[in-house]
Amino acid sequence: MSEEPTLDIDYVAQLARISLTEEEKARYAKQLSKVLGYFQELAAVDTEGVEPTAHANPIFDVMREDVAVDGLPQERALMNAPKQLDGEVVVPKVIE
Amino acid sequence: MNKFEPVIGLEVHVQLSTESKMFTNAPYYFGAEPNTLTNAVVMGMPGTLPVLNKRAIEKTIQVGLLLDCEIPRQSKWDRKHYFYPDMPKNYQISQYDQPLCVGGEVEIELEGESRNVMGPHRYVKLTRIHLEEDVGKLTHLGDISVVDYNRAGAPLIEIVTEPDIYSPEEAYAFLTSLRSTLQAAGISDCDMEKGQLRCDANISVKPVGSAKLGTKVELKNLNSITGVRNGIAYEIDRQTRDILAGGTITQETRRWDADAEMTYVMRTKEEAHDYRYMPDPDLMPVIITDEWKAELAKGLAEKPFDRQRRYMDTLDLPYTITSVLCQEPELCTFFEETLTIHKNAKAIANFLVNDIQREIAEASHDEDQKVLADFAITPGILAELVALVDKGTISNQIAKEILPEIIKNGKSPATLVKEKGLEQSSDSGELELICQDAIDNNPKPVAEFKAGKEPAINALKGQVMKATRGKANPKMVDDILRKLLS
Repeated sequence: MSEEPTLDIDYVAQLARISLTEEEKARYAKQLSKVLGYFQELAAVDTEGVEPTAHANPIFDVMREDVAVDGLPQERALMNAPKQLDGEVVVPKVIE
Repeated sequence: MNKFEPVIGLEVHVQLSTESKMFTNAPYYFGAEPNTLTNAVVMGMPGTLPVLNKRAIEKTIQVGLLLDCEIPRQSKWDRKHYFYPDMPKNYQISQYDQPLCVGGEVEIELEGESRNVMGPHRYVKLTRIHLEEDVGKLTHLGDISVVDYNRAGAPLIEIVTEPDIYSPEEAYAFLTSLRSTLQAAGISDCDMEKGQLRCDANISVKPVGSAKLGTKVELKNLNSITGVRNGIAYEIDRQTRDILAGGTITQETRRWDADAEMTYVMRTKEEAHDYRYMPDPDLMPVIITDEWKAELAKGLAEKPFDRQRRYMDTLDLPYTITSVLCQEPELCTFFEETLTIHKNAKAIANFLVNDIQREIAEASHDEDQKVLADFAITPGILAELVALVDKGTISNQIAKEILPEIIKNGKSPATLVKEKGLEQSSDSGELELICQDAIDNNPKPVAEFKAGKEPAINALKGQVMKATRGKANPKMVDDILRKLLS
C-alpha cells in the first residue's frame, strides 16, 4: 500500500457548506484520507481492456412514456418548509 | 478605427414541451399556482428514484437530427452538485461526458443590402446538446427570497455553440433561426418571456487578426432576443474600452441589466463553482439505435430556411413575404393547407403575412398574445376569399375590407359578399355613366391626361371607385375611362 493520500479539508468543508473547528478538521482529514486510501487500492486493479461503466449491470433504456400524473397538493409539498409565503418556500435572500 | 474583434459562444437552454417532467411523472406547464406541479421526486425526498421521460429523449434526438449533430450510440446521466435553493436535492441531473448530441450546426442569415434582398447565409458550429432537468424559480423580495418548484425537473436541453459567432447581430440571427427551427418541429414554444428559451453568452475580444482568443466573460440574464444583442454589444464595447485604457479583462461572470443597459460583475473566477460531476447511480444509460433514429427522423418538420428556399423557388414567392411567413410555422401550415384548396400562392401569402398577421397583432396584448388558431378563419375560408377575387366577383380592396370580420367570425366570404351587396359591379352601362360623371366633374385631371400626363387618370379612377364604394372592376373602369377620353 502506498503512502496515505492527502486532501484539502478546508476546500472539502467549503464544498459541503459546513464549518469545522480545528480539532474537527484534523479528525476528519485523517478519516477522509483513509477513505481515499481505499480508492487507491481499487486504482491498483488492472482494468486494461475493460470498458468504463458506472453500473454493475448491463441494463439500458429504462424509460417511461410521457404521461403526467398529479403529484402533491401545494400544502403537502410545502409541509417541510419552515417558512412559507403565498404558496412559495421562503429562504434567506440569495442572489447569485 | 476599432482594432479589436469579438468572439462569442452561446449556451442556450430550451424547455422541451412535454406533458410530464424529465425524471418523474409530475405534470409541467407554465402559469400554474406555485408549488402545485411537484411530487416526492421533484422535492428531493429521500428514497425517491428518477425514471427517464422517453418523449424528452426523443425530442432531444430530433433537435440533434435537425441541427445535423452526431448522435452517439450511448448516452448517460450525471449529477452536477451545487448548493442553491432552486434545486431541493442539491444536485441537478444533467449529462457530462456522454451527451445525446455532439457537434452540429445552425444556419443563420445575416443582414442583406436592404430589407428586400436575402442576406448572406452561414452555418454556426455547435459543440454539443445535452438533456437535463430545469430548476425551480427564485423570486427576490426585499430581504427574503421565495422559491416555486413547479419548473424544477422540467426537461431542458442546453445547446452549446463553438466560439463561432462574431457580432451581436450574428447572435441575434442565431437565436431567431434556432427558435423558428425548434418551433416548426414542435420541440418547444421557445417563449423567452415564459423562460422557455434562455441564453447565456461567452464573450471575448482580441486584436484584429490575432489567432489567440482573449479572456472570456460569461454574460447572464439575457432575457429577450433583443437583450442578447444589446447585452453582447455593450460587453464588447466595455472590454474594448478597458483594454484600450490599459486595463486587462478578468475572467468573470457578469449580469446584463436591461433597464440600466449595462453589465455588472456577479462572480469572479475564484468564486467559480466546483460541480463535482459524477455518474448518476440511479439512472441507466440510453442506447440510441439506428432504427430509433430513423423512426424519429421520419416525423421531422422542414427547417424554416429550407422551406423559404422552396417557397421562393417553386412557388415564386418574393423574399420579403417568405422571410416573414417562414418565421411563423403556424402561418406556414395554414398557408400550405389553403394552397391545396386554391392555387394562388402569392395572394394567399399576401393575405396571411399582411392582413391576417396585422389582425392577430391588433388583438394581442402584452399579457394575452394571440395566435392564428385563436381566430375563426380556416384555410377553406381564406381559399374561398382569394377565389372570389380571382374570379372577379369582388375586388382585392373589398377582400381586404371584409377580411377582419371573416377572421373573427369565420363567416363564408361568398355569403358575406352577397349579404352586403359587395359584388364587383361589371354592368358596363351603369359604369359608363359613372365614368362620364367623373370626367364631367373633374376637368383638371381630364385636361392633364389629354396633355399626355398618364398618371392623371388615377384621379378619375379614384372618383369612380368612391362613387361605387369600391365595387367597380378596376380593369373595366380603366378601359371605359380610356375609351371615353380618347
